[in-house]
Amino acid sequence: MKARRTVAAALSVLALTAVAACGKDGTPNSDTNKGGSAAPQLPTYQVNADAKLDGSPVWTKAKAAGKLRIGAKSDQPFLGFEDVQTGKRNGFDIEIAKMVAADLGFSPDQIQFTTINSSARETSIAGDQIDYYVGTYSINDNRKKQIDFAGPYYIAGQSLLVNKDNTAITDAKSTEGKAVCTVTGSTSVDNIKTYNAKVTTFDSYSLCVEKLLTKEVDAVTTDDAILKGYAAKNQGKLKVVGEPFSKERYGIGLKKGDAVLQKAINDALKKHEDNGDWKKAYDATLGLSGSAAPAVPELDPTTAS
Amino acid sequence: MGIPFEDGNFSLFVRGFLGTIELSALSALFALLLGFMLAAFRVSPVPVLRGFGTAWVTIFRNTPLTLMFFAVTFVLPRLDVHISSFTAAVAALSIYTGSFVCEVLRAGINTVPLGQAEAARSLGMGFGQTLGLVVLPQAARAVLAPMGSVFIALPRNSAIGGAFNVFELFSVQKTLTEKGYAIFAIFFWVALAYLVISFAVGAVFSALERRTAVAR
Amino acid sequence: MSTRTASVLYDVPGPRARRRYLVAGVIGTLGIAALLWWVVATLADQGQFDASLWDAFQYTAVQQRILDGVLATLETFALAAAGSLVLGSLLAVGRLSDHRPVRAVCTVVVQFFRAMPLVIMIFALYQAVFTAKPMWGLVIGLVLYNGAVQAEIIRSGINAVPRGQAEAAHALGLRKTQVMSLVLVPQAVRTMLPAIIGQLVVTLKDTSLGYIITYSELLYVGKLIASNSDGYPYIPVVLVITPIYIVMCLALGGLARWIESRGRRGATRRGAAAA
Repeated sequence: MKARRTVAAALSVLALTAVAACGKDGTPNSDTNKGGSAAPQLPTYQVNADAKLDGSPVWTKAKAAGKLRIGAKSDQPFLGFEDVQTGKRNGFDIEIAKMVAADLGFSPDQIQFTTINSSARETSIAGDQIDYYVGTYSINDNRKKQIDFAGPYYIAGQSLLVNKDNTAITDAKSTEGKAVCTVTGSTSVDNIKTYNAKVTTFDSYSLCVEKLLTKEVDAVTTDDAILKGYAAKNQGKLKVVGEPFSKERYGIGLKKGDAVLQKAINDALKKHEDNGDWKKAYDATLGLSGSAAPAVPELDPTTAS
Repeated sequence: MGIPFEDGNFSLFVRGFLGTIELSALSALFALLLGFMLAAFRVSPVPVLRGFGTAWVTIFRNTPLTLMFFAVTFVLPRLDVHISSFTAAVAALSIYTGSFVCEVLRAGINTVPLGQAEAARSLGMGFGQTLGLVVLPQAARAVLAPMGSVFIALPRNSAIGGAFNVFELFSVQKTLTEKGYAIFAIFFWVALAYLVISFAVGAVFSALERRTAVAR
Repeated sequence: MSTRTASVLYDVPGPRARRRYLVAGVIGTLGIAALLWWVVATLADQGQFDASLWDAFQYTAVQQRILDGVLATLETFALAAAGSLVLGSLLAVGRLSDHRPVRAVCTVVVQFFRAMPLVIMIFALYQAVFTAKPMWGLVIGLVLYNGAVQAEIIRSGINAVPRGQAEAAHALGLRKTQVMSLVLVPQAVRTMLPAIIGQLVVTLKDTSLGYIITYSELLYVGKLIASNSDGYPYIPVVLVITPIYIVMCLALGGLARWIESRGRRGATRRGAAAA
């Protein structure tokens, strides 16, 4: 009894000291101010206040509620990342989400981001849990059965991330028998299995990268855009190897059958790609990971139904 | 509705089922060993060991199992301890369950009439003999029912391993969900598998109870 | 607590025994010290005590996130606790009903949900309905499972209430429902309070399953901090959130013991048992 009380007291003191340390206000993470003042600045998007999407049930409901619910990732550096020290989200996917939202008539403070894992994307869109999803979401026919896509707004390819000193893995073929980590519910799983790798799965790439850093797995596989972000975040420890062995077209997932919204999102993407916002957003996010902006993808006629 | 009998899912189910059984059985064994050791510590005449046992049990009984899985999976590699996901899962489950086994044993020891231990001591037995030959065998009877619920809970808890890269029934549920089958139909089949396991463990314990039952 | 039972197992030590215990004590101390030293040394070796790794915790935003995580955990726990107690009472009463179909249904429900792994239920609910509101998937799962467990606890409590109580209540002309709700359930809850609160501790611990379905309770927040801060402070995060959980659980357990001791103040038949 007495022992327990002492233990409890000691533990509470511990916890309190841990939590009650003096607070520092957030300074941005190291990657966002890497280039000092010369770093590329994020564009700002003009909110189109008179946007009117009659005939889009999703938009009408969001407008009435005064908030737009966007699904995203939270642990992919430069793509969809949540800076825990400032509590803000940043990255290329987040910028795409914001520019589209602006054209739909929603200001940044009307956006509510929700983190949704790869494996839960279709259900959350189909079940009206979110209005659209932007987060390294590959357009494919299987997913089109349940939802619609707008875009693509970026083209990536599956690649491999390994430790700097690893010379054994150079391309997809050399992963045979090696421990490769990827995420449940992503297209990467099936792709890598064809090469007879030993697949380890977690529900987010950051956990895979953690396993790679501690050498529990030999490689992490997914789209190069995601991997480049992690490589940049872990400068000097990790590298991306091999030619991309798949083509992943990132689209914006939205509710099936809402053609009006789909068209509006496609128009918004087109507009921002043409006026240079897309390139600016890329340079200020993914561009920081050291790869130049690829060509802007053509919108897919099949997503514009 | 007959998901296990379509598209070659049956082998998936069998693998998951065996995974759960293997994980649970190994963890049960280690939990039992650990529990006995901790219980002996906690009733021993050596204060240091008593304190250690108490602290250990207090910490691990009040830590969520998911957190322990998380710690074993992501903390150990950072300490340069490299073990497979399966070993990690067995470790997390054993440490967690072991603390509960210890508490059940301790409560069981408390049910043995004091006269028994006193009689043993008056025959000149030491602590080890008193505990091992007289008290524990009698405590076994009182311990069986609560021990049963600990070990019926173990396979249920092992499902968390599926979130940490161990292939078992929860992984089967996740895999099939991704393949796009009806979610509650999958749940039905996975639930059935767990019911079978629970029922089997329960049956083993009731058989044991019947065998050790004594007319009082 | 344990000293009394333990002291029955061995005599007051004589000189030789004292020496033996001393040796065992020294060896035990050394063993424990070695274990602790290994842990600390390895942590230090791997640079886990570097200030940079603990840096993340100095930011107000991070502390706020941890606090929000604690609050989310407690909120889920409060909802699940209330829900499971209500459901548990209903199921317990249902299992004691005079109507066979009601009994049968309640028995099936209780047995089914007691045997279900929580993860499996929560995951199904999350995938089917609550992908963007995972909290409700978690709460409903917790209520179903813990409700079934609490039902069994309450039922055994009702069965333990002396029969004269129910008979007296009936004799006063109370109806069945009134006998249950006014006489039996309150007494059952009182006698079973330690077990009920014990199960509530389990409920509190199980809220951490929210981690699996991306609900930002304490553990999930910890993971996010670990994976999104420079240097990946997985170990510091675990060292910070584990004590928080332990303290929360111990506080609940302490509440159970306090209530029990208050309940014991009356005329009880247990005081002499252990003497």
